[in-house]
Order: sequence, then structure tokens, then C-alpha cells
Amino acid sequence: MLEIKNLHASISGKEILKGIDLLIPSGQVHAIMGPNGSGKSTLSYVLAGRAGYEVTEGSVTFNGKDLLKLNTEQRAATGVFLAMQYPVEIPGVTNMMFLKTALNAIRQSRGESELDAMQMLKLLRSKAKNIGLSEEMLKRAVNVGFSGGEKKRNEILQMAVLEPALCVLDETDSGLDIDALKIVADGVNALRSPDRSMLVITHYQRLLDYITPDAVHVLAHGKIQKSGGAELAHELEAKGYADFGDEAA
Amino acid sequence: MPSNTTALAKDLAEQKYKYGFVTVLEQETAPAGVNEDTIRFISAKKNEPEWLLDWRLKAFRHWQTMTEPDWAKVHYPKIDYQSASYYSEPKQGKKPQTLDDVDPEILKTYAKLGIPLQEQEILAGVAERRVAVDAVFDSVSVATTYKKELESHGIIFCPMSEAVLNHADLVKKYLGSVVPITDNFFATLNSAVFTDGSFVYIPKGVRCPMELSTYFRINAENTGQFERTLIIADEGASVSYLEGCTAPKRDENQLHAAVVELIALDDAKIKYSTVQNWYPGDKDGKGGIYNFVTKRGACRGKRSKISWTQVETGSAITWKYPSCILQGDDSVGEFYSVAITNNAQQADTGTKMIHIGKNTRSTIVSKGISAGRAQNTYRGLVKILRTASGARNKTQCDSLLIGDKCGAHTVPYIESRQPKARIEHEATTSKVSEDQLFYCQQRGLSTEEAMALIVNGFCKEVLQELPMEFAVEAQKLVSISLEGSVG
Repeated sequence: MLEIKNLHASISGKEILKGIDLLIPSGQVHAIMGPNGSGKSTLSYVLAGRAGYEVTEGSVTFNGKDLLKLNTEQRAATGVFLAMQYPVEIPGVTNMMFLKTALNAIRQSRGESELDAMQMLKLLRSKAKNIGLSEEMLKRAVNVGFSGGEKKRNEILQMAVLEPALCVLDETDSGLDIDALKIVADGVNALRSPDRSMLVITHYQRLLDYITPDAVHVLAHGKIQKSGGAELAHELEAKGYADFGDEAA
Repeated sequence: MPSNTTALAKDLAEQKYKYGFVTVLEQETAPAGVNEDTIRFISAKKNEPEWLLDWRLKAFRHWQTMTEPDWAKVHYPKIDYQSASYYSEPKQGKKPQTLDDVDPEILKTYAKLGIPLQEQEILAGVAERRVAVDAVFDSVSVATTYKKELESHGIIFCPMSEAVLNHADLVKKYLGSVVPITDNFFATLNSAVFTDGSFVYIPKGVRCPMELSTYFRINAENTGQFERTLIIADEGASVSYLEGCTAPKRDENQLHAAVVELIALDDAKIKYSTVQNWYPGDKDGKGGIYNFVTKRGACRGKRSKISWTQVETGSAITWKYPSCILQGDDSVGEFYSVAITNNAQQADTGTKMIHIGKNTRSTIVSKGISAGRAQNTYRGLVKILRTASGARNKTQCDSLLIGDKCGAHTVPYIESRQPKARIEHEATTSKVSEDQLFYCQQRGLSTEEAMALIVNGFCKEVLQELPMEFAVEAQKLVSISLEGSVG
């Protein structure tokens, strides 16, 4: 269970998050929607513990642990996973190598034994197959030369391999065509489980046609302005974010 | 905004150098300084023939007329060439004939360094890949393994001082034929005072059945190491050779001025790999080895090939340009380099590819990584003579910066007198980005693991050129060299 209380955060002294309260019980998928500049990505980075994002007030606990006391990789070890809006390229490092290093690092910090090369290969092959990524993609350098859709699917692959307890998806739907969107949504749905919390951040409602959330929250001006069920997304699709003071949307 | 990569540069911790120990044993060391007596002393120590003493003296007299080069982008206080000793050997009575005769302290040293001096039996017909080692300790070779087995193939693998006595014809014919005694300040000094390095001769048509390697260890205080290595691959022969080197942690700088000459005749192939891990000095730049080295290979024969691969992680200063003279038609020269500088280290390294023969080809791949306050320069010459019709060169220089206090410099020289030559040069400079670090950390990697992964990815093209036995070691070394560069 993720519990965010009165969370305030700033970048370079500028306050972006101005008191967020959010509760995501285990097994639930919550969506955060909001106009550009509302603080959606900031929230995802604050949860993941990115340097440069300063929490000035409030608390974030996950399964009873104070996340704000942990550094980025400790949070990852606790089960926090952020599928990024702009997945990063790492030249010369194969996807396989990257996933192997990451999974073993996380297993190690959980006190589990590392997987050997054969076990790893078997695991990665089956996970890749599930989300329609070819084996050849495992041999390519991380995100280098990947299309937008491939990058996003690669994020889902990483998520499937690392089996996190808290998945945060930051605009994973942006830039995807409808087929890629379905594949990503299938990947997310496959990971829904009673002991996993998910936070889907999106600008548009269309992803929520494929991932039905347990709750939808509207984030604007650094605060949750409104919360509701899945139907809230449709309402927003029809009316835009104008009610929340965003003229552009 | 506080950020990881600026913190990297700010928060430089002491590099971890695990080879910095000193072996305590009695050594016989020549008095400090270099003069004709020093040279006579060294020559007498090695029972050298008259011609070699004359050769040394000629070099020394020429050296006295030379001035130290200052064109490299490295800065250091003036070296007093009379303040350090030019010869030091462990006291061990007569020259050891077998490993049993070698001082146990020395054997322990190599065990600690992870260098195998025991020959492995081939068990139950399983032909494991083996590595023959020549172990050079300060100014002398203390052990050379697999000599007998190599001899059965006609291969000579022995310390230079032995080759001078037992294979004088070959030494006389080839020594100084690639790097002449007047070549440059440091090479000329080496010619005057050189001590042990390795000598390799691979006869016609023989493929060397195992990796050959030399492990250089500086142990004595206040001495320089001036090794000389000569490798000859006769027609159709091939060999893969690797050198490694380490030194104790000390506050004063020590000079290492080596010369390596390679000769490849028709259809011969020489692959020369270096994993250079001399003590780099502390984080403030105190101590460390001055690595001023001349390495050059001559592709004398048609279709011959010389390939240099270097992983340079150590030394306070590296000044080194392993080069190829592509004389034979259709000969091939390659240079693959990873140079890592951290803290106050400086490296000015690269290559020279001199195309003389027809259809000669050369490839240069250089990866420079700079962290801390280090300065890292690639300096390379591609020279194509009029005779080299059909010559081709491809150069790729990539620099990676970690933090904002270090520097990367690329200085390519291209001279072509052959209008039809094809020369390609590509260069990039990039930084390890915050995004990359965050991405890796978010997936559970520590900052250091993330950095190691990113940097190893950057160097991959070069590291994969190393013999398999050493590639894994080199990867680890790349990671260790950057430890402490991460905040």
C-alpha cells in the first residue's frame, strides 16, 4: 500500500507539488490525469527518488516503509519501479546485460541468490515473448535505435522482469499508436496482482480504455483536485481540464 | 540544483588501488644517476657482448644531445634524471633455474598479483587455454613459464638478457630496427639503459599455441624501469601477446620508459594487448608512475597484420603512441584503445599509422574516459605516402566525461600524399548523463554499478578485442579505476 500525505516538493526552489494526498491499496490501479505542467512527472520522480527533487513537507510510505529516507536504488530494491516517459539510451550495453545486472542487484538486496546465465536467459526469453518483443531486441543496446513503441515496450519488459510491488507508469502511452498501446496495456494488465499497487500517469483517457483503473485522480497546480472512479476519465475526455483552470487543454 | 554528476566530480574519494603493496626483500640497486659507468655496470650485470655495450653507449651519447619533448598535453615538474637509480634486482645469488630457486617472497608477490607462475598440466586431455608468463621484477626477469613446451614448436620466449646471449643473431638483426636508437628522448634513454623485457620469436608458419605474456612489476624505491621487448613473427607465423604492469603506492614519482618493437614478415600476425595498471598517484596527484613509452610495429611483409589493444587505467602520466609502419603491400594495422584518467591523472595517447605499401589498411578506435580533474588527450597521426595506392584508414575517437572538472582533447593529424587514399575520421564527446545514472539506479543499480555498466558499454568495442582470458579482468579494472569518481 502506497500512502502519500501532504507531499510538497520543489525543483530549484520552485514548489511544484503543493500538498498531495493519495492512498493506493495493494492490488489497486490508480490513474493520475492532469494537464501539462500540473506536476505529474514531478510526482513520479519524487516517488522514485531522483536527485534534484526536494521534498519540503509531507510523507510517503510504502508497505510501512518511509520511502523518503531511501535513495533511488534502495527504493528500487523495495519494489518501486518507474516506467519512464523518455526511456534512456545506454550505448554498448545490451538489454540482456542491463536486465541481468538490474535483476541480480535487486535480488541481492532482497537477500536472494543471483540467477545464473542459463536461468536468466530462460526468464528473459519468456518475458520478452509475452510482450511481443523479439529475442533480437534483448541483444541490442538498451533503447539505442529503438522506435518509440519499442522503447515503451522495453519499459514494460523491465517491469515484468523485475516484478516490482509498486509500478509507476509515467505517460507510458504518449507517442504510441493503437497497437502498441494495446500491447503496453496488456503488459500492465498481466502484472495486476493483489500484492501490487500501480499508478498510471497519463494526459489522455485512451490508455484507460484498456487499463481500467480502480480510481482516477485529477492533478492540477500541484494538488489532487478531484478523485473518482473510472468514469471520471471519460468525463475529463469530454470536458477537458478547463474546470481545473487549464485553458490550454 | 544538486545533481549526481556534479557530485561525482566534487566528491572524489581515494581510488582503490589494490596492487600498491611493497615486497620486502634485499635488492641490489645501482647508485642513483646515469652516466657511462652506469651503462657499463648494467651491461656487465647482464654479461653482454661488446657490440651491445657499444650500442648502448652510442645511444647514451646521443641522448645527452637531446631535449625532453614538451609537445604533449601533460604537465609535470622537471625530471631530474640523475636522482633515481637505473638498475635494481632482488639479491638471489645465482640466477634461478627453476621456480624452486626463486625467492619465496617474489613468488608470493606474483601470487598476490594473481599472476600464475606454475605451469598447468593438461588434465585428462582437456586442453585448457594456457598463458605463458615472463615475470619481470624491477630490472630482471625472475621466471619464464612454458619455455620448454614453446621450444618444441621452435618458439623462443625468454627474457631479453637471455636472448642477447643465446640468440644474438636475431637480436642483432632486429633490435633498434623499428625504433632506432636516435628515435626520441625516452626511447634513446631506454636504448642506453634498458634492462629486461621479453624476447619472442615465432618461426615460419607457426601459430603460437598459447597466449604469451609479460608481467612487469616495479618494486624498488627510487628506481626507474626501462624494459625492452622485441617480438618477431616470421613468415606466416602468428602470436597473441599480453603485458600487464603494477607498482607499489609511493609518494614520489617513478619513471617507466619502455620500448617495444614488433616485426611481422609476410603473412604474419601479431596481436599485442596491454593492460596498464601502474600506480596512478593519490587523489591529489601525489606519486604515481610516469609512463613514457615508445611502442612501434613494422608490418614488413606482404599481408602482415599488427594489432595493438591497450587498456590504460594507471600511471600519473601516460605518454604513449603504439604505432604501425605498414610497409608490406596489403598489410593491416589496428589500434584499439581505452584510456581512463581519474583524479589528477593525465594521458596523452594515441597512435601513428604510416601507410607505405599498396592497399594498406588501418583502423583506429580510441575511447577516452575522463573523471575527476583528469586530462585525457587522443593524439594520432595517419600518414599516407605516395606509394600507398589504395590505402584506407578509418578512425573513430570517442570521449566520455564524468563530472565537470575534467577534460578530453582530440588531436588528429592527417597527412596524405596519395590522392586516391580513403581516410575517415569520426569523433564524439559525450558526458555520462544524469538521465543514464538515474535510469540505472531506478532499476536497482548502485551509482558505482551504474557507472561501471555505462563506461563498460562505452568501451565495449575495444574490450572485446582483448583475448578472452583478460577481457573480464579488464572490465573489472575499468570499473575499479572509476571507483571514487562517483559521489
